[in-house]
Amino acid sequence: MKLSERNYKADFPVFEQYPDIAYLDSTATSQKPRQVIEAVAEYYRSENANPLRGLYSLAVKATDAYENARAAVRDFIGAASEREIIFTRNATESLNLVACSYGRANIREGDEILVTISEHHSNFLPWQILAKEKNARLKFLKCSESGEYTVEMLEKALTPRTKIFACAQISNVFGRLNPIRGFAEVCHKNGTVIVCDGAQSVPHLPVDVRELGVDFLAFSGHKMLAPMGIGVLYGREELLEQMPPFLYGGEMIEYVTLCGATFAELPHKFEAGTVNAGGAVGLHAAIDYINALGFEEIGRREQSLTRLMMREMAEIPHVHIIGSDDPDEHHGIVTFTVDDVHPHDAAAIFDEAGVAVRAGHHCAQPLHKYLNLQSTVRASIAFYNDESDVHRFTDCLRTMRGRMGYGE
Amino acid sequence: MANSFYNEILTDHNMHPVHKHELAACSCTRDGVNPSCGDEITLNLRIENGVISDGSFTGSGCAVSQASADIMLDLVIGKTTEEAVRLSGIFTKMIRGECSPEEIDELEEAGALQDISHMPARVKCATLGWRTITEMINEQG
Repeated sequence: MKLSERNYKADFPVFEQYPDIAYLDSTATSQKPRQVIEAVAEYYRSENANPLRGLYSLAVKATDAYENARAAVRDFIGAASEREIIFTRNATESLNLVACSYGRANIREGDEILVTISEHHSNFLPWQILAKEKNARLKFLKCSESGEYTVEMLEKALTPRTKIFACAQISNVFGRLNPIRGFAEVCHKNGTVIVCDGAQSVPHLPVDVRELGVDFLAFSGHKMLAPMGIGVLYGREELLEQMPPFLYGGEMIEYVTLCGATFAELPHKFEAGTVNAGGAVGLHAAIDYINALGFEEIGRREQSLTRLMMREMAEIPHVHIIGSDDPDEHHGIVTFTVDDVHPHDAAAIFDEAGVAVRAGHHCAQPLHKYLNLQSTVRASIAFYNDESDVHRFTDCLRTMRGRMGYGE
Repeated sequence: MANSFYNEILTDHNMHPVHKHELAACSCTRDGVNPSCGDEITLNLRIENGVISDGSFTGSGCAVSQASADIMLDLVIGKTTEEAVRLSGIFTKMIRGECSPEEIDELEEAGALQDISHMPARVKCATLGWRTITEMINEQG
């Protein structure tokens, strides 16, 4: 498959500064297009005031900009109402919100919380802490060697005590897409709430929360072209309604007295303090950019580059890819090891060749332990990458062991 | 683009370490850990009349941590414990980019690791052995 002629890098000012960098770490954070950077600057130039509280026209403008971003998110993920869209700092905060608010109010002693062994620490630690606090049991759903989870595997692991199942739609290590819709069906039959981490899926493929049937979906703006510091929690309205606030403070109350308070309506009940309107405006611009480009084009480019990368890697001896052999199961995320080369040494050698990759445990230590790996290297692809990035990467990888003194 | 610190001295000490083995009749031993790379070393010294008469290490980790520990032992074996602590101090200064060329000369082969000062994430790997020996000697009093 030939890549489209369009040079998407031209939209990203960082590549003007660093034309020779092969940025293969979009799974950690994406680069930002000019359209997003400009939208944020324009907000601060011409619409900035404290949203939701000002009684003058500039503050109304700021409020509109913020709430329009919420409507854009609602449409982007197919939520039923804006009341179901909570702005947070990032996916981590969104998941902590669910654990602290929904979790504390609903988990009792002896209940079970099930998480997959490959969860990012942000969808694992909040549940571990909650389980300890409530004397509940934290259980792990284990995957196959290629990183696969099936609906049958989940069905077997659920018990009448399983109150929450936490699972990423795409693992940040395997890159594999999990069958969330099937998961949600068996969870709901079992009376289990499903909390989905969409940090790696929402930027790369169409995600519709009602089609998937998830109860909660968390994702970060910064992995999908938006600025850092803006994230989203989607929650089903009837669940959010019953949940206590997460943080207490300004602009989340209705009425306060010396001995109590009533809280604001959704979604503002969960957005205490001055909000990140600039970030929300940036996220809105990112959604517009993605919509204009289309997930078809994004998926096609990412798939084509992943195929190229994995085809070339397969020919390099001593390189082992984690997870499936099929590039179409990777969604741009290729995690690997090189025999005798520590991943941090590998990342440093890649850096010398102008290739940016991640090395370490990728915030998934339980998975690395399960796979018996200390750490790994991860190269990840976004639509703005091109063949030259992949070649720069594989050219360096070919010389890696030689650079470290191993004979070939 | 960054200067390479994966020079021959480093890769050679990583692949063919001279001092990576157990040590018989050692007088003190200490573990050092760098959680960011998962580097672990156990350092063993035989100290006689204030002089490090022999030393070794075992463990696993990235090339920078393992080679640096080996290079360090090359430098300090045969020297007094005070001298070893002084040289460790110079090494730490070098990694912070605060050393004069004369001081770097004193470190002999360890001077080959000076470019790591440009890679803050790797400083802990490079200093693991040196930090461990300093703590060990200071603890002995």
